[in-house]
Amino acid sequence: MRRPRTNRLSVAGAAIVVAALVASCGDDDAADLTLVTYDSFPEADTSLNDALDRFTDETGIDVRVLVAGDTGTMLSKAALTAGNPEGDVMWGVDNSFLSRAIDDDIFEPYVATGIENIPDELTALVPNGEATPVDFGDVCVNYDIGWFAERGLEPPETLDDLVDPAYAGTLVVQNPATSSPGLAFLLATIDEYGTDGWQAYWQALGDNGVEVVESWTQAYYERFTWAGGGPTPMVVSYGSSPPAEVIFAEPARDDAPTGVVADTCFRQVEFAGVLRGTQAPDEARQLVDFLVGAEFQNELALNLFVYPSNTTVELPPEFTDFAVVPDDPRSLDPAVIDENRSSWIDEWTELVLG
Amino acid sequence: MSALDVVDVDVAFDGVRVLDHVSLSMASGDITALLGPSGSGKSTLLRVVAGIIRPDRGSILIDGTDVTAMPTHQRRVGMVFQDNQLFPHRSVIENVAFGLKMAGVGRTSRLERSAVWLDHVGLHGFGARTVTELSGGEAKRVALARTLAVEPAVVLLDEPLTGLDRDLHDRLAAELASLLRAAGTTALLVTHDADEAATVADRSLRLADL
Amino acid sequence: MNRLPRSLVAALAVVPAAALTVFFVWPFATIVSEALTGAAIRETLTRRGTWEIVWFTSWQALLSTVVTIVVGLAPAAVVARFDFPGRGALVGLLTAVFVLPTVVMGAAILAVLPDALDRTVFAIVAAHVVFNLAVVVRLVGALWELLPADMEAAAATLGASRWRVFTEVSLPLIRPALTAAATVVFLFSFTSFGVIRVVGATGTRTIEVEIWRRATQLGDLGGAAVLTMLQLALLGLAVAWSTTLQRRHSRALGLRLRSPRRSPSGRRERRVVAAIIGGTFVVVSAPLAALVIRSFSTPTGWSTSAWTDLGRSEIRPGLRVGVDPWNAIVNSLTTAIWATAFAVSIGALASLAIAAAGQAGRFLDAGLMLPLGTSAVTIGFGMLITFDVPPFDWRASWWLVPVGHALVAVPFVVRTTLGVLRSVDPDLTAAAATLGASPVRAWHETVVPYLWRPLAAAAGLAAAISLGEFGATSFLSRSGGETMPIAIERLLGRTGSILQAQGYALATVLAAVTVVVVALTDRLQSGVRPSGSRDRT
Repeated sequence: MRRPRTNRLSVAGAAIVVAALVASCGDDDAADLTLVTYDSFPEADTSLNDALDRFTDETGIDVRVLVAGDTGTMLSKAALTAGNPEGDVMWGVDNSFLSRAIDDDIFEPYVATGIENIPDELTALVPNGEATPVDFGDVCVNYDIGWFAERGLEPPETLDDLVDPAYAGTLVVQNPATSSPGLAFLLATIDEYGTDGWQAYWQALGDNGVEVVESWTQAYYERFTWAGGGPTPMVVSYGSSPPAEVIFAEPARDDAPTGVVADTCFRQVEFAGVLRGTQAPDEARQLVDFLVGAEFQNELALNLFVYPSNTTVELPPEFTDFAVVPDDPRSLDPAVIDENRSSWIDEWTELVLG
Repeated sequence: MSALDVVDVDVAFDGVRVLDHVSLSMASGDITALLGPSGSGKSTLLRVVAGIIRPDRGSILIDGTDVTAMPTHQRRVGMVFQDNQLFPHRSVIENVAFGLKMAGVGRTSRLERSAVWLDHVGLHGFGARTVTELSGGEAKRVALARTLAVEPAVVLLDEPLTGLDRDLHDRLAAELASLLRAAGTTALLVTHDADEAATVADRSLRLADL
Repeated sequence: MNRLPRSLVAALAVVPAAALTVFFVWPFATIVSEALTGAAIRETLTRRGTWEIVWFTSWQALLSTVVTIVVGLAPAAVVARFDFPGRGALVGLLTAVFVLPTVVMGAAILAVLPDALDRTVFAIVAAHVVFNLAVVVRLVGALWELLPADMEAAAATLGASRWRVFTEVSLPLIRPALTAAATVVFLFSFTSFGVIRVVGATGTRTIEVEIWRRATQLGDLGGAAVLTMLQLALLGLAVAWSTTLQRRHSRALGLRLRSPRRSPSGRRERRVVAAIIGGTFVVVSAPLAALVIRSFSTPTGWSTSAWTDLGRSEIRPGLRVGVDPWNAIVNSLTTAIWATAFAVSIGALASLAIAAAGQAGRFLDAGLMLPLGTSAVTIGFGMLITFDVPPFDWRASWWLVPVGHALVAVPFVVRTTLGVLRSVDPDLTAAAATLGASPVRAWHETVVPYLWRPLAAAAGLAAAISLGEFGATSFLSRSGGETMPIAIERLLGRTGSILQAQGYALATVLAAVTVVVVALTDRLQSGVRPSGSRDRT
């Protein structure tokens, strides 16, 4: 009887495996703080990230940006890890998702230093200080001015216009289950047509060829004709998207290439907060303070195309020139949103995607 | 007109010549035995006649018709295999009736005719049995009945009695002989046993001589 | 075999049993308790969408099964009956395709189909068919090989044309294998997750996808749990039905010897065989070829930029797609190494215990097979909702994903090793005993050495499973810790951008790595027979 021979190949293989195991052992987190956010927050290379670097210089606290996916997924992960979170501070819950975040108890209440610079109407949304309003904006349907001009077509002016067959197949929206502008647009239609009428509207939108994608970046940077070179000339985006198109235009231009359908706008407020169970609560609070401070808020307009909540910040001129601020943006009572959001999303999913 | 004509058949496998210019003629009602040791190509010849193997050269004529290019199921050639090849998913009577079913005979008619054939081979009442419960001798008889039930032009038997024990062998040999003569079938039988050949067949040939 | 002391057997069995209980039974119990709230049940079962999803899942699985069987019958027959150049390669190709990760197959189907068919049910069924062709060809082919060619010849002599031979003789006799293959394909297509996520349009949901969506996007854990139980019930019904069907049709056929295969003879036969083999080759390899080709196709024309820019998934300066391909590759490899380590250790201990324990070992054996019967999505979901309370707050632990993978891989390790262990000649151990070795010593000297070769092969299999695992990982992976399949799915969703080309490139990498691992495993396994004295004389 002969023992099976171990050959050299398997010994070498074992050595490689052991080395890799040792190398990969344990946690590799070098940053002091992790900022959990959604997929349209830049991870690097923008002035927003430079501001975070300045925070590190000032306080010695390293910040790592962790993209957790779209808003819906980010929240679900936070809910599932409540008390033992993936990061220390979360940026990007908006008013339509806020009640879910509070119900799931993912935040540790903290009233930021500098809160007095934030208007009362925003802080009123978080009476118990669970999170801090960091920016606001309007979610509106944007359209490609040139596309419509070329075809001699008047761009739509109301929600009703969007179901007009003349505009068939020209709109891309986001899935409200996963995307906060997507949810905001759905809420806008509920505001217009009521809790019993919005279904018919969406049925008509579906019949009119509306396209649904999962995230705003996908809709804006891949499907939209102007910003993404895609096939669809209208997209659910922000009232402050046109200024962005002017600022980043190459070659430079002095008029906005995209316009906004004011009737579709829904007011959105975004929040940031300390995650409950963070290992670095003091540092986290410092970061939240920084996020509402002027230094960081200054960069918001040109990077995230939202209005800073800090009233002391001056807006860049392109912003004031080209941003469309509707006189009377739509909104819904947070309590109503809280009560109905899941069933609305379910209904919408069955209606539009089913 | 001969019932079976094998004309100048050549068959080679992997370069080895198995059948070399083989010719054979049989008149209607003839029972011929083909003798030879195992591996001499006797079974191959049977399979060529049945159409299971294509010859490299030569032709097969059945009742004067050249069937060399014809597929097996059109040749009206019956074959009893050495290991019977009964259909295990069919009962005994369904096995016997199989050929009649293929010929389009109606259900009642074919079951009746099959029952008659089962009687002929001495298996009265075996109809409902499953094939796997049969003994060696019983299975052989069912195979025979199945083949003869369609009244083929030529019946081929591949070592039909090889492997059976002495008593069964002798009994079956006599029964086979009387069955074939009674049916008046042209039959080509392959075996290595000269005594068996003498009992069952009218004449014996050696493959090497053909 | 001289009995090993009970304590040793128990010691061997305790780790696998504990692992199974903690990481599978407990999470499963959590799902059940989560699902048993009246509100969740009521809400889920009364929602119209639930039944639409059940209906869709069922009919697409049924359609996939029927098409796979129909497409696979001809190749199965040809592979069983004939010898032809390239036969080995074809069988190998089919098997290689079968072990590919689901997201890779999804990517390949997306790549090969014209855009109009992308994301349609046609694409989903096509992916299932290509994937499962191997199951039909191997299972049905194996039984067909046992069908004596002479039986089909006998039917021909009785006047049956080629078609009637098939319907009257071959088909009834291969029916047990057909039922078995159909069951496997149905189960696979019913619980399909990776394929649906990659190939399906945004709203396409099977039960598995809906479980995932409810749990990870909507935060509706109760609803997800109810759906899990519903799916298990439906699967149980399907398996029960198939088992009764198989029992009814199985019969002692007495088929023992394999019929020798032959080369196709005659011009017509050669042409038909060539057409079938050629067609099968094309159906199976075209998607893979398309995958590689599409990785070079960018919105601006043909280029290698998807490959060279693989690490850079920028949409706009600073904006990434939220997943880093290189990071994903590293994560996948480290996870696979750990998962393999876990699976092999647990599997080895379990195999030894089962081999030594005799009758009682069957419980452990059956228990370890349970994770295979429930889907990976169920496993991942269970672990997600169970390990959230200290001192069992393991959700953020780096080792949870590898453990999840190991759970799915252990049954394969056990099957591979147990077979070899059991085939060791008991006389060897007896001989050692007569030479004075105690039962433990004898066993250690004569049985344990034969563990290593199959374990090495099983390690390869476990690695391949881990690399391609998508279902459980979709629940458990932390942000920043995504594996290759997750990255591929994200990238492939960006239709019409360079990111999609990067998705194809990454899928090609994953396919290549999987094939290499499996090929190495195969080479190891071909020398697995233990050479006892019986073989040597």
